[in-house]
Amino acid sequence: MIAYLPHTDEDIEAMLDVIGVARIDQLFADIPQELILKDPLEIPTGLPEHEVYRRMKSLAGSNQVQNVSFLGCGSYDHIIPAVVSHILSRSEFYTSYTPYQAEMSQGFLQAIFEFQTMICELTGLEVANASLYDGHTAASEAAVLSLNSVRRSDTLLYSSTLHPFTRQVLRTHFSNLPVHLEEIPSLNGTTDLEVLSARLRPGVAGVILQSPNYLGYVEDLSGLAEKLHDNGSLLILSTNPLSLGVLKPAGEWGADIGIGDTQPLGLPSYFGGPSVGYITATGKLLRKMPGRIAGQSRDQEGKRAFLLTLQAREQHIKRERATSNICSNQALAALATTVYLATLGRQGIREIADQNTQKAHYLYGRLVKETPAKPLFDRPFFNEFPIMLPNKAADVLPRMEEKGFFAGVDLHRLDPTIPNGALAIAVTEKRTCGEMEAFVEALKEVLR
Amino acid sequence: MSGTNNPLIFELSKQGRRGYRLPDLDVPHRKLASLVEPHLLREQEPGLPEVSEVEVIRHYTALSRRNYGVDLGFYPLGSCTMKYNPKINEQVADFESFVHLHPLQPEESAQGILALMHELLVGLCEVTGMSWGTLQPFAGAHGEFTGMKLFKACFEKRGETGRTKVLVPDSAHGTNPASAHLAGFEVVEIRSDSRGLVSLESVKDHLDQSLAGIMMTNPNTLGLFEEDILEISKAIHDAGGLLYYDGANLNAIVGKVRPGAMGFDVVHLNLHKTFSTPHGGGGPGAGPVLVSDTLLPFLPVPDVVKRADGYHLENNRHDSIGRLSGFYGNVAVMVRAYAYLLTMGRDGLARVGELAVLNANYLKERLKRSFTLPHDRTCKHEFVLSARQLKEQFGVTALDVAKRLLDFGIHPPTVYFPLIVPEALMIEPTETESLEVLDRFVEVMETILQEAKENPEILKLAPSRTPVGRIDEVLAARKPVVRWYPETEESTETWVQQ
Repeated sequence: MIAYLPHTDEDIEAMLDVIGVARIDQLFADIPQELILKDPLEIPTGLPEHEVYRRMKSLAGSNQVQNVSFLGCGSYDHIIPAVVSHILSRSEFYTSYTPYQAEMSQGFLQAIFEFQTMICELTGLEVANASLYDGHTAASEAAVLSLNSVRRSDTLLYSSTLHPFTRQVLRTHFSNLPVHLEEIPSLNGTTDLEVLSARLRPGVAGVILQSPNYLGYVEDLSGLAEKLHDNGSLLILSTNPLSLGVLKPAGEWGADIGIGDTQPLGLPSYFGGPSVGYITATGKLLRKMPGRIAGQSRDQEGKRAFLLTLQAREQHIKRERATSNICSNQALAALATTVYLATLGRQGIREIADQNTQKAHYLYGRLVKETPAKPLFDRPFFNEFPIMLPNKAADVLPRMEEKGFFAGVDLHRLDPTIPNGALAIAVTEKRTCGEMEAFVEALKEVLR
Repeated sequence: MSGTNNPLIFELSKQGRRGYRLPDLDVPHRKLASLVEPHLLREQEPGLPEVSEVEVIRHYTALSRRNYGVDLGFYPLGSCTMKYNPKINEQVADFESFVHLHPLQPEESAQGILALMHELLVGLCEVTGMSWGTLQPFAGAHGEFTGMKLFKACFEKRGETGRTKVLVPDSAHGTNPASAHLAGFEVVEIRSDSRGLVSLESVKDHLDQSLAGIMMTNPNTLGLFEEDILEISKAIHDAGGLLYYDGANLNAIVGKVRPGAMGFDVVHLNLHKTFSTPHGGGGPGAGPVLVSDTLLPFLPVPDVVKRADGYHLENNRHDSIGRLSGFYGNVAVMVRAYAYLLTMGRDGLARVGELAVLNANYLKERLKRSFTLPHDRTCKHEFVLSARQLKEQFGVTALDVAKRLLDFGIHPPTVYFPLIVPEALMIEPTETESLEVLDRFVEVMETILQEAKENPEILKLAPSRTPVGRIDEVLAARKPVVRWYPETEESTETWVQQ
C-alpha cells in the first residue's frame, strides 16, 4: 500500500471500463514487448514512512556538523533568520511550478520581481533575472551574454583568482566551442592588471573577475572598466553579495555584468546546493539576458500585475536560437534570499557585512600575532583570508578537527598552484569571540 | 501607484524599521576604512526595504495566498509531472546534519551524504538500466547540456570530430535544441509522422558521417510511446551515432521499461518530476545524467565512489568532460528523491507508471468526447487535445480555455505545446490524483465547452476570480519593467548614474 496513490480496486475497474480495456497491462501494449521488464527492479521493496525516517536519520547521523566551522571558499556558515524557512515552507510556494499562468501565480512573480530589484540594488546595476543555477554556472552564462553582445568577439579573459571551480566550469562549458579562453595570472594574490591590459585586443568579448577573489582578497578595479570599454569589451564581476553591504559593487566599478551566488544570503551550505546564481547587467543588455525574467505590467482593469516577460529570448520559443537553454532555475532558493534581504533590510545588510569584516580582521590579527601562521599576501580582504602554515595543511587540519574545528579550506587541494600549507579561513558574524579565542589556542597547540 | 492592490515590500518600507536583531559585535570595533581601503568601499547605500519581522511575514504570507501549488489542488501541467510532494521528504531534508554540511569539509566527516548520493545513483541506474552517472546537473536542461558534452567528448576521443549534427524531433522540448546548439552541435529538426511519432524513415536521410546522434523523449510530448525506438536506435548506432534520452516523461514507464534497454547512451532524469521532489516555483530541481558503458570514461568530475574505507569524491578522470557545477548539484533535492525511492521501492515505482498511464487514458477517453484529440491512440502519462475547432466555431482559443480553468481553481494544462498541435492543451494528471479529482476536471472542462458555445465572452474575459485579470503581455515586452524604482524619478536617475 502506498499512501500517495489514491486508487481503490473499484476505481481502477471503473476507469478501465471507460477506457475499454480489461487490464492495465493493455495500456502498455504499444510498447515492443521485449522492452517490458520481466522481473522487478533490483531495488528493495518500499518502506513505511517511519522506517524511511529512521533510515534517513541514521544516514544523517554519519555526517559531522558539530564542529565550529571556518570553512568558506564559496559556501559560508551564516545566520539565517527564522522567518526564512517559515516562508519557504508555505506549500503555495514550494509545490508550485514556473509561473506560466501569471494570474494564478502573482505571489511568486511578485517575489521574483522583488528579488530582481534587491539584486539590482545590491550590485548597483539596472536589470537582473529570476536566478541561475549557482555562482559558477552564472559565469558561463555571463560569458555567453558578453559573446552575444560584443560583435565579432571570440575571446574571453578570466582571472586566475576566480574560484578554481568557476574556472573549471567555464572550461567545461566552452570546450569544443570556437571560443578562446585565456587565464590572466595573479600577482601577490590579486589579478595582474598589467598583464590583463596587455591582453586586450579586438575580439575580446569580456573579462571575468571575482572580488573578493577566491583567496578572499578584494580586487582593486580602479580605471579598469574604462580600459575595457575602450577596447569594446565588457567587464563581468563576480561577487559574494553579502560583501556588498560594505564593498564597492559592480555598478560603482563601472562593470557591465554582475554575477555571483546568493548562498550567503539566507541559504544553508547544504553540501553545496541548492544555492542561487544571480546575474545582473546594464539595461542595454536586457534583451540578451539568459533565463526567466519577471516583469511588471497591467491587467485588463489597469491593476499592477506581474508576469514572465521577454520570453522570446527563451528556449521554449526560440529553441536552438535561445539566449540560454535554462528552464528550471533556483526559484525557491531565490525566494529565501528575497525574504532574507527583506528581513535584514537596508541597515542590516551593512551591519552584517561590517561584522564579517570586523571579526575576520580580529581573527587574522590574532593568528598572525600569536601563532606561527603567516599571511599569504598582504592584501585587503572581507570575511575570508589565506594564511600560510609552517606545516602541510593535511597535517594540521585533522588535529584541529579533533579539537572541534573545521579550521579552513586547504587551498593547495583546491588549486595545486597554491603552496601546500595555505589555508583559507572564513569568519562570519556567526563566529563568537569565544570560539575565535579557542581556535587561536587550538592552532597554537597544534603548531607547537 | 494607481490600481495597486498588493504593495511591494519596498513600498512598505519606513526609515528606521528593522526585521532582525543580529548578535552584538563581541570583538573590538574598528573603523571600516582602517580595515579596507576607502576607495574599495561602496558609496551608495543599497535601497533595501526597512520593515519589521511582522511585516515580512504578513507580506510573504499574503503573496503565498496569491499563488497556487499542488497542495491546493489539481495541476495537470503537461510534461511537468506535477505529482504530490510527500511530506516525509521535506521532513528528512530538514535534518540539521544534512542542512549544515559544508561542501569542502573532509570526506570522512560527510560519509552519510556521500553514501546517500552513491546509493541514489545506484538506484537511478537500476531504474534506467544504465551503468553509472552524475548527480551534478541542476535541472533537466543542464542534464541535456551535460549529455551533449558527453557526445562531443566521445567523438573527439574517436577522432570523429566531423559528427556535428544532432537530430531533434519537432515534438521535442525547447531545451533539447537549445542544449545541443549550446554544446556546439548543429540541430536538425525531424518531423513527426501522422501517428505523432518519429519514424525510421525520417531519420534515414541523416545517417551519414556528419551524424552525432539523436535526442528523444519517450514517451514523447504527445504522450505517445515511440514504437519504432528499437529500429531507430539500431539505425543510429549502425551509422556511428549516439542516442540521448530526455527523461522528462519517464514517469509513464518507470518500473516497467528502461531507457537502457531501448538503446540509449545517455539519460537525464528530472528528480522534480518522476521522483516527486517539489518544483519550488520553478526550481531547484535536479537533472542527474546516467550513461551506458560507452560514455563512462567521459562522465564529469567529481565522481562519487565507494571504496573499502568509505565514500569519496574522485577527481582523477583523464577523459572526463570536467566540472559541470560549482559543487555537487542540488543536494537537498537528492535527499528528497532518495527518501522517495526508499518509500516507493520496486513495487511502488512500478505502480507509479501504471497508475499515471491509467489516469491519463481515463481522462483522454472522457475528454475526447467533447474536445478534439488529434492523435487518438493509447497514450502514456499525458495526451494533447486541440482547441482548433473551438477557435474556428466560437473564436475561443486554448489560452481562453486555460484562463477560464483558473476561475474554477484548477491549474491549466500546458498550452501551445507541443508546437506540432495547433491550439494545444497538454494534459498530464499524474498518478497521485484520485478518480474524483479527474471527474471534477472533466466536469469543469465540459462546463467551459458549454460556455464557449453559449457565451464565449466569459472565456475571453477570463479569469475573473483571480487576484488580477488577464495581463497585458505586449506592454510588458515593449516597455520592460523588471525592477522597482522609488516613485521619484529624480532620485532613481541620480542613483543609477552614481
